[in-house]
Amino acid sequence: MKPFQYLRPKTVSEAVSMALDNPEAQYIAGGTNLIDLMKRGIASPPKLIDINHLPLKKIEHRYDRIRIGALALNSDVAQHKLVKTRQPLLAEALLAGASGQIRNMATVGGNLLQRTRCSYFYDVALPCNKRKPGSGCGAEGGINRTHAIFFNGSEVPSCIAVHPSDMCVALAALDTSVVVAGPAGERRILFKDLHRLSTKEPEMDTTLNPGELITSIEVLDNAFTGHSHYLKVRDRASYAFALVSVAAALQMDGGKIWDARLALGGVAHKPWRYWAIELMLRGQPPSEKLFREVAEHELQSARAGEHNAYKIKLTANAMIAALKIAAGIS
Amino acid sequence: MKRQFADNELDTSLSRVDGNEKVSGAATYSAEYAVPGLVHAVLVTSNIAKGSITAIESREAETAPGVLAVISHLNAPAVPGWPALKQPAERAPVGTAFRVFYDAFIYFDGQPVAMVVADTQERAIHAAALVRVTYQQETHQTHFERNVKSAGIPQNVQRSKNSPFQDYGRGDADAIAEAEVRIEAEYTIPTQHHQPLEPHAIIAVWEANDKLTVYDKNQGVKSAQGQLAQAFKLPRDNVQVVSKYIGGAFGSGIRVWPHTIAAVMAAKQVKRPVKLVLGRDQMFTSVGYRPYTAQKLRIGASKDGRLHAMVHEGTGQTSMYEEHLERTVLATRAMYTCPNVSTRYRLLPLDVNTPTWMRGPGDATGMFALESAMDELAFALKMDPLEFRLKNYAETDPERNLPWSAKSLRECYKLGAEKFGWENRQIEPASIRRKGMLVGYGMASSLYGFHRHPSKARAVMRADGSVTVQSATMDIGPGTGTAMTRIAAKVLGLNAKKVKFELGHSNLPDAPGQNGSATIPSVGSAVHVACEALKSKLIALAVKMSEAGKSGGQVVVTDGQGVRNGRVFGSGADDEGVSFADILKYHKLNELEATEESKPGPERDQYSMFSFGCHFVEVHVNPLTGEVRVVRVVTCADVGAIINYKTARSQSIGGVVGGIGMALMEHSEMDHRFGRYVTTDFASYHIPVHADIPPIEVYYVDKPDVHVNPMGSKGLGEIAIVGVAGAVANAVFNATGKRIRTLPITPDKLI
Ligand SMILES: Cc1cc2nc3c(=O)[nH]c(=O)nc-3n(C[C@H](O)[C@H](O)[C@H](O)COP(=O)(O)OP(=O)(O)OC[C@H]3O[C@@H](n4cnc5c(N)ncnc54)[C@H](O)[C@@H]3O)c2cc1C
Ligand code: SF4
Repeated sequence: MKPFQYLRPKTVSEAVSMALDNPEAQYIAGGTNLIDLMKRGIASPPKLIDINHLPLKKIEHRYDRIRIGALALNSDVAQHKLVKTRQPLLAEALLAGASGQIRNMATVGGNLLQRTRCSYFYDVALPCNKRKPGSGCGAEGGINRTHAIFFNGSEVPSCIAVHPSDMCVALAALDTSVVVAGPAGERRILFKDLHRLSTKEPEMDTTLNPGELITSIEVLDNAFTGHSHYLKVRDRASYAFALVSVAAALQMDGGKIWDARLALGGVAHKPWRYWAIELMLRGQPPSEKLFREVAEHELQSARAGEHNAYKIKLTANAMIAALKIAAGIS
Repeated sequence: MKRQFADNELDTSLSRVDGNEKVSGAATYSAEYAVPGLVHAVLVTSNIAKGSITAIESREAETAPGVLAVISHLNAPAVPGWPALKQPAERAPVGTAFRVFYDAFIYFDGQPVAMVVADTQERAIHAAALVRVTYQQETHQTHFERNVKSAGIPQNVQRSKNSPFQDYGRGDADAIAEAEVRIEAEYTIPTQHHQPLEPHAIIAVWEANDKLTVYDKNQGVKSAQGQLAQAFKLPRDNVQVVSKYIGGAFGSGIRVWPHTIAAVMAAKQVKRPVKLVLGRDQMFTSVGYRPYTAQKLRIGASKDGRLHAMVHEGTGQTSMYEEHLERTVLATRAMYTCPNVSTRYRLLPLDVNTPTWMRGPGDATGMFALESAMDELAFALKMDPLEFRLKNYAETDPERNLPWSAKSLRECYKLGAEKFGWENRQIEPASIRRKGMLVGYGMASSLYGFHRHPSKARAVMRADGSVTVQSATMDIGPGTGTAMTRIAAKVLGLNAKKVKFELGHSNLPDAPGQNGSATIPSVGSAVHVACEALKSKLIALAVKMSEAGKSGGQVVVTDGQGVRNGRVFGSGADDEGVSFADILKYHKLNELEATEESKPGPERDQYSMFSFGCHFVEVHVNPLTGEVRVVRVVTCADVGAIINYKTARSQSIGGVVGGIGMALMEHSEMDHRFGRYVTTDFASYHIPVHADIPPIEVYYVDKPDVHVNPMGSKGLGEIAIVGVAGAVANAVFNATGKRIRTLPITPDKLI
């Protein structure tokens, strides 16, 4: 680990100006991801800006949305009454992630910005475009069992890694915006615009500008409660990243699907919202047959590498399973 | 059922004698000794798999804050026990343990090429990242399947006619072709690593120029002492090895590894005590692993289910510089009655580090294949797999044509099947569904050879009548101290609280390392005889007291019933006996001591000695996602008399957990373009977590094997894991109709 300077701002604006001072500085929240990256020589910020003392922990309901502070702990969010009753999908997704101990440290902001778990990214002796632009993608011709099957159209991506977060898959399915503070004050980013696809600059995971600090997320109220499910497929029962995950949410009316949300994890460089399928579901009575039909759609646009072809079928099956549970049919 | 090693029906097990220390943090592990003046060494490892070092640029590291030395083959202190470098330099011939910082050759990715010593661990880690090594790279071969054609008979086996790894045959080698029903299948297990939670660590202290103490995580302080004395050309007693608490090892600590030698070198170079802790990623290339192994089985039976022929071929991987041999195909010779059996074992040297023994070495690998194949054949015969095994039950050892010293496997099968509810199994796969899940039942047998080595123990009674028993044995987790305490307490008729057992220090009486499930059979016997000797001394002293009329009763004792509750008793019914403390006091003794050695005798030539067992497993498979969850396990073992149920049960549970990991998760994946592992942390190298572990029921036959040792106890550590992977794979087949022959059974293989 490289020596670094440790800073502890008292206000959001102080934090932002500290970050602007040095483009290589990094915020640290729970540290559950960043410290690992530092230990393995992947991140070596000369300055660590510890934001844990900023007042960004609150979870509250305002008008038509839940607002969750960026420093709220994953475990607190998952257990919060507002979240459990109004956004159970989010609570479910959070509890599917990591372990109890890690969720007790991990924050919402850190979870949004956690980096990929691609093994090549984690080993400085191996090529990786995300870690070292231009060095090549180790996974492309290497071990890619856990890698992406959805890309930006037909373009050749320079990184085939997946975004590892569970929380983000639920947020992608819901109407979420991310509130950030920057040199020019506050701005809101629609969740779908926060993470990037990997065509050209895989080192950039998000659209955040230098120095920007996430202060909260906002999730709009909805009518999905009782008809949502987060399904995570993994190599062991807990404490493993998703091979594939599905956040499914339905709004039912008169035996028909009025509105549908479907987001996938473990399949793309960002949480993958499946708009096309959502449209296909609307207005239809739920059935296994329908879900199977729409899942077939997925097979057409997916593209696998040497070891992850199984994900295409797995994703379809996981969508069917999650939608069935969300719709309450067995 | 009467517990054999209990004084009465109500006797409960001892809890771990060191449990409190372990859970409260009071136990000192190797890396935790507070040695004054301690500095820290960190290894720099190669990132090529084959070639040689052309340059090491270490100036930046040397001038980094806190750095005391950068050590490599260019400047390492000589290891006097190694031969002088040849000129021109040559690659090490087969059979040479890897010599760290010896020459410029690279034999495997992850090989130590330099070492930084600094005042703090953080500074050493930082400086290690500043060392630049350049290489002349050569083409490496690490891919098993692509190279398997170059596998051959190990040189070691070619040289030794009596090697158990020689090709073996009984009956007719071509008999398989005549079998009425037969199957042929290939099974593969990938490389798997021990990865105990405690990483390997050492503190090396040169007490004087010719005196060395190491606090080292290993499985044998005596063998480590011997190996270090040899390497550094020191008198044996000038080397002391301390390894009192170990956070798991599973075989990774049987040898003295390069990092241990490196730390001792570093301490010599900087003239300070040096601590070296392996990083989790370094653990993948520093302390061995269960080798990648491919097996082919052809087995056939008559229509009524009698085995007619078995052909078992196995090929394991090894390094270019050492041959690591495993018992992969050996179980097939002894497990079942079968007239025609042939086995063949080959080795494939690759540009990797040398594998080593990992819990149930060879047998866990071989029995995965054999027990899968037995299940396949049972299915082809449309016969219940347990019935099929019973039909081919070996009443005597079919390989050596000797009687078993004891074998209660039939009782194990019966007990296990009953407790598990095996009769509810359906032969037709995928026929039970519960809550949308496919339900499958599977079983497998288990066996493991009996090992007993010469061992010594010392028992010392102090004036207060309490006893300390010592032996240079180890506890890598099974609870050695607890079991030994129980043996001593039982023999001496003492409350276990009055017995203290000391282990893990090379200055204690000689004992073998902890491996091969040999500790209870070997060291337990030594403790038994040492305590018997102490007891005889006590009784003799008590008799003298009684002759002098001082014992308060008549003490005339000739049999083993003479001690109870810390007192020597006579034969009279109302005799109150005389306390141990009083005996010592009367004879003006501060302590009374007995040291004994216990050795195996000719029984090995008269009997075939094995532990046996079986496992029953229920899995649920999600038909949509291919996720397998083990929901229930019943495991039964026949290991002779059980010394301490509580710790034995933990051993069995641990073995099943390891077997579930082997079956469903563990897989060290390598990118062969680089010859480098890509699963080098616990996020990518999966071992079971609590959520993966279902209720595990453990049963023992608990019948002493009178031929093996004074307690009648055989080894349990390995048998606990042997066969589990097969039972899981068989249950997966029963649930899904899919036979997975390449471990681990991950969702991608079932979807
Ligand atoms: C063993 C293990 C298993 C895991 N398993 C899972 C899993 O199954 N599913 C899952 O979803 N996650 C999993 N995780 C990841 C875990 O969720 C993340 O590590 C965690 O959410 C990160 O939060 P943190 O607060 O610790 O972030 P930190 O490590 O502190 O920061 C992460 C990044 O976010 C930046 N950052 C943090 N807060 C802000 C902010 N407010 N504004 C701007 N930038 C910010 C930091 O600069 C840093 O770059 C696992 C992690 C581990 C170690
Ligand atoms: S997939 Fe992305 S993160 Fe992985 S090696 Fe390729 S570029 Fe790096």
